[in-house]
Amino acid sequence: MRKLMLLLAAALLVFGGLTGCEKEKPAEKTATAESAAKQDSAPAATEEAPAEKEFKIGFVYVSPVGDAGWSYAHDQARMELEKRPGVTTSFVESVPEGADAERVILNMARKGYDMIFTTSYGYMDPTLKVAGQYPDITFMHCAGYKTAPNMSAYFGRVYQARYLTGMVAGRMTKSNVLGYVAAFPIPEVIRGINAFALGVRSVNPDAQVRVVWTKTWYDPATEKEAAKSLLDVGADVIAQHQDSPGPQEAAQERGVYSVGYNSDMSTFAPKAHLTSAVWNWQIFYDHVVDSVRDGSWQSGQYWWGLEHGIVDIAPFGDMVPQDVRDEVLAKKADIASGKVAVFTGPVKDQSGKIRIAEGEKAGDAALLGMDWFVEGVVGTTE
Amino acid sequence: MMGYRVVKRQEPLNWGSFFIFLVALVLSLSLSGAMLAVQGKPFLKGLYLLWDGGFGQLYALEDTLLKTIPIFLCALGVAVCFRMQIWNIGAEGQFALGAVGATWAVLTFPAAPAWVLIPLMLVCGAVAGGLWALVPALLRLRLGMNEIITTLMFNYIGILLLQYMVYGPWKDPASFGFPMTPMFPVAAVFAPVVGRIHWGIVLCAVVAVALWFFLYRTRLGFELLAGGENPRAARYARMPYNFLVVFVLVLCGALAGWAGVLETSTTLGRLQSNVMAGYGFTAIVVAWLARLRIPTIAVFSFLLAGLRVGVENLQLELQVPAAFGGIIEGLILLTVLAGQFFVWFTLQPRSKGED
Repeated sequence: MRKLMLLLAAALLVFGGLTGCEKEKPAEKTATAESAAKQDSAPAATEEAPAEKEFKIGFVYVSPVGDAGWSYAHDQARMELEKRPGVTTSFVESVPEGADAERVILNMARKGYDMIFTTSYGYMDPTLKVAGQYPDITFMHCAGYKTAPNMSAYFGRVYQARYLTGMVAGRMTKSNVLGYVAAFPIPEVIRGINAFALGVRSVNPDAQVRVVWTKTWYDPATEKEAAKSLLDVGADVIAQHQDSPGPQEAAQERGVYSVGYNSDMSTFAPKAHLTSAVWNWQIFYDHVVDSVRDGSWQSGQYWWGLEHGIVDIAPFGDMVPQDVRDEVLAKKADIASGKVAVFTGPVKDQSGKIRIAEGEKAGDAALLGMDWFVEGVVGTTE
Repeated sequence: MMGYRVVKRQEPLNWGSFFIFLVALVLSLSLSGAMLAVQGKPFLKGLYLLWDGGFGQLYALEDTLLKTIPIFLCALGVAVCFRMQIWNIGAEGQFALGAVGATWAVLTFPAAPAWVLIPLMLVCGAVAGGLWALVPALLRLRLGMNEIITTLMFNYIGILLLQYMVYGPWKDPASFGFPMTPMFPVAAVFAPVVGRIHWGIVLCAVVAVALWFFLYRTRLGFELLAGGENPRAARYARMPYNFLVVFVLVLCGALAGWAGVLETSTTLGRLQSNVMAGYGFTAIVVAWLARLRIPTIAVFSFLLAGLRVGVENLQLELQVPAAFGGIIEGLILLTVLAGQFFVWFTLQPRSKGED
């Protein structure tokens, strides 16, 4: 018995060694075409290289890049950045917001990254902390509000795209009940729901938007179940503020419509998918990377919208009639040109109280701290 | 397997079990390496990065130790319960309640000095976690309800309670509606004792020694161990079995609660729902792998924490997906547990004339 065990152990070690020797590649050459993103940080760090020092950009994602949603959209932009000469990028995915985030950001900072993008609201305090320790690195934090001399906050006015998707959904609903699968009751999500509801009611004043909270950014099973619960109360369009296409699939299975988020989710629900509110982060990332490299970067809050093209709506599904498309695209042009603002009064909240007066446009501060629902939304902000 | 039969050993392996653990570890790491190779990543470099990320640099060691502390405390609590064959899987909820308890203390006495606030946080965290474990204990004793179900369900209730406090009464009015409590005052943060490692590590050492002393040098501890081996015999010997059931659950609740207190105070500095990092469940894995022995629990907590930290390095340098860390952890657990079969049983070749 003992001899057998020893033999087994030896065989394993040899096997392990052999596999290692075969497959180990020198650090410079990275692997096959299969891998999602290639970069090598090892040669980038040498100062005495004859060419200029590689510009290293790191990304921290809250969910896997394969989520076809939030992190996927950021990663698409990252891959565009990777194509630039002299730039290498890397990322760490599925980093929980909390203690782990600080460690990941710190490690990137220690390894000499020049710019670090942290792509979730929960990374705000860890990013701020590390930014204080590494003043030479530029930190870009998404979906938050704190800044520092070397840290900026950025987001996109995706509520504008949401308004447009609301218009489409409002025109396509027959039951006048729309479902919204939402993550956390924070201002960003509430604002999206409100914009969606305003869009729906601008074309269909009798419709209502019912909200369900999943308390997670990314959990396909939970999201799908939440969508089903909305379908059970008669919703025939499902919208979402989630990172996976789970709700889209639930809608397709029931034969109703859906509106996606983050990226074009039509491949997951071709019969159901009307449109999505999508991100084009590469427009912003190009600008910001350029500004760091040419020295013109300044700390601040960036909140670009349709006018820059950083948010948009995905191509319409085949089931959307031409007149709806024309109506929505016309409104999109109006918002992009600044002629129309989404949150323009009179806007009432759920209790009927006027929150935005007639003719008034809500300012950014009010939008950033939005914690109330507009009339027509069924649900609580708790 | 045809030529062998399974025979139970006279005595379970002692030093041999360590050897079996090594073999299991090598097997699981080889399998992980094979998976890396299949993806086209360099196998040995991957393992090196894993090691380097978890243990290779001073800051990595500090990160690993910081992660070890909550895992170790939870694992100790869980192991004590498991020794009595009380299958408490509620460490996660008890962790949450500990965090809630400490936050209550901080928010109620924000101006208190550190020498008052820190002990108060520990007391409140222990009480909250202990109470949370007490209910399943009483349900088991009075109503015969299986503690696996009750403690598991209490996890969800505990986490939701934490979320309710953070979204509602305790939400920081200055935080733009984002769900988090106000930042804790400096007096509520455990100070570092060595490098970046805070006093939690001293607490771990104290608890470990105290627990060892309790289990192996006191009568009640002996009764606990005996009660775990054979509850019926223990009852016949008039050991206070019912009291011990309550005792171990409350103790685990208190220890997991302390882990919650430490995490809230040191890593976040405020209470948010993402203080929950799954340590309560990790602790169960660690306790099992370590076969419920205190020094081994310390080692395994450290190794598992190192694995978690090291996997991030692997992700960063080699673009390995995040799920990979979970896969390695699962493989190690499976192989080590399967290997434990050989601690109790051996395979003997069948002689020609049999059956």
